[in-house]
Amino acid sequence: MKHALILVEHDGVNPHSALRRIVSAARLLADRLTLLVAGSQAQAVAEQAACIAGVSEVWLFDAPHLSQPLAEDLSPLLAHAVRERQASALLAAASPFGKATLPRAAALLDCAMLSDVVEIQAPDVFVRPVHAGAALATLRNPEPVKILSARAAAFPPAADQPAAPINIQPAPPAANRSAWVSTTHPDSARPALAEAKVVVAGGQGLGSAEQFHALLDPLADRLNAAIGATRAAVDAGFIGNDHQIGQTGAIVAPEFYFAIGLSGAAQHLAGMRDARVVVTINKDAEAPICRQADYVLEGDLFEIVPALLRALE
Amino acid sequence: MKALVAVKRVPDGNAPLRLKMDCSGVDLAGMPMRINPFDEAALEWAVQRKEAGTISEIVAVSIGGNACQETLRHALAMGADRAFLIAAEHAPEPLAVAKLLRALAEREQPDLIVLGKQASDDDNAQTAPMLAALLGWPQGVFASNVALENNTLQVTREIEGGQEVLALPLPAVISADLRLANPRYLKLPQLLQAKKKTIETLNPSELGVAPAPRLELLGVAPPPARKPAVKVADARELVALLRQEGLP
Ligand SMILES: Cc1cc2nc3c(=O)[nH]c(=O)nc-3n(C[C@H](O)[C@H](O)[C@H](O)COP(=O)(O)OP(=O)(O)OC[C@H]3O[C@@H](n4cnc5c(N)ncnc54)[C@H](O)[C@@H]3O)c2cc1C
Repeated sequence: MKHALILVEHDGVNPHSALRRIVSAARLLADRLTLLVAGSQAQAVAEQAACIAGVSEVWLFDAPHLSQPLAEDLSPLLAHAVRERQASALLAAASPFGKATLPRAAALLDCAMLSDVVEIQAPDVFVRPVHAGAALATLRNPEPVKILSARAAAFPPAADQPAAPINIQPAPPAANRSAWVSTTHPDSARPALAEAKVVVAGGQGLGSAEQFHALLDPLADRLNAAIGATRAAVDAGFIGNDHQIGQTGAIVAPEFYFAIGLSGAAQHLAGMRDARVVVTINKDAEAPICRQADYVLEGDLFEIVPALLRALE
Repeated sequence: MKALVAVKRVPDGNAPLRLKMDCSGVDLAGMPMRINPFDEAALEWAVQRKEAGTISEIVAVSIGGNACQETLRHALAMGADRAFLIAAEHAPEPLAVAKLLRALAEREQPDLIVLGKQASDDDNAQTAPMLAALLGWPQGVFASNVALENNTLQVTREIEGGQEVLALPLPAVISADLRLANPRYLKLPQLLQAKKKTIETLNPSELGVAPAPRLELLGVAPPPARKPAVKVADARELVALLRQEGLP
């Protein structure tokens, strides 16, 4: 019987919405599944996690020093859980949190790992994008413990089940290597990029921060969309970096992606290639984004975006 | 304060990628190569701290074939003081890279190791946290801003939907987001001067590390292609089409 562990990402109250999808990925590797929740007073997280179909048990590590879980504290905890459960797989979402933590645990276990897995072909064969998504690599991982960060959007969400048992685990003492100072999450009024069904993304073509917001905010409001941006748009100060999409920003796979006044550089495509329907508005029909789009509206975005908004009313 | 910066030689991400005919890997023949942009940002940050007087020495290291000399010359021209080339036939996997860097760190005793957050070819983003684990040092990964005060680093990290600030005592490992620093353009005198600096070659065996791969690449494929795009005449037609696709 194979046993997989998942590091649960959460905000202290709710597990991250990606968790259900990571559970589906883990179920391809093991028949028993333990979710690891580390936090301070995180009982509510554990309770919700226990009700995801396929979960065998939840281990809850609850201690004040885990209120802002740091990689230095989580990695020995993960390595301990792998040994204790004789786990053959350890997973987390391929989010900044998962990607900062899993490799640290992998090194403690002296285990090679795979990042950004988008497909599990066999219990030891995995597919992941390389070169900013310009190619998909298939790799065999013969390590005794398969450690992987998985792209949530590539796996279906698991359903509900009656609650699995929650086991309280003794939290290891604080590593005291680094200290959390602060966290900022600007504009949380709109849907989060990672979760939005529709993303409206703007590039350098918007020209200025004022025009970016004057044009894209009403469209995003109308479509209940998250707002994304290219690196060029962020660097020009149109919007904060937490909106950047691409190799160095968020990786999204919404139902609809509106690419407005952006050219579709390889590094941008890396973040939106898996969107279901891509619409682009660009005055240049030769821009690379037009080859990655399903619908192309060629022309001046300053005329087309207001017209689009009217057509949506 | 002494900083160790690792630089990887990678294909230029703006050049079109070609796959080998038999799909066994990426075809690097004739690809323009450059310093990994994330490592370049890491190094630029260190050079700026050296110019400001907080870092006294920068040691650059690259792991790979002889061609990495070129990457190291670039690093020396940017402002690294000396450089190591750790000879390896292929670029080793992140865990092996972390072990090689740990061994070098034990010899060189840096106060700070600065890496790129990922290499733009393999996109693994593993080496920095792995190295920090092996050394038992604190980590500040995906850093977009780092301030240095009284032997403590204030690291601003890019996280999902925002930023996080951590305080790290030295010695520490940090990994650079592109925003950490904007790399300088190199001028001829800097490039010429870099030729006078030394590059020392080390073998993995001298560092007590066997960088054999653990993973096996079975093949590469292009990403699934989209159907050719539909050209739409105006916003009204677009909305009609999107409604058929289920747009709310
Ligand atoms: C290592 C590395 C990592 C990177 N990571 C990222 C990343 O994560 N995300 C990212 O986005 N970029 C990233 N980049 C940058 C990327 O290479 C491009 O520079 C950037 O995506 C370009 O942004 P853009 O499309 O907004 O600008 P441009 O390329 O300048 O495109 C602007 C587009 O707007 C169109 N346009 C202009 N005016 C109008 C108008 N009035 N009406 C209609 N269309 C108009 C133009 O035709 C053009 O196609 C990275 C680069 C490197 C080197």
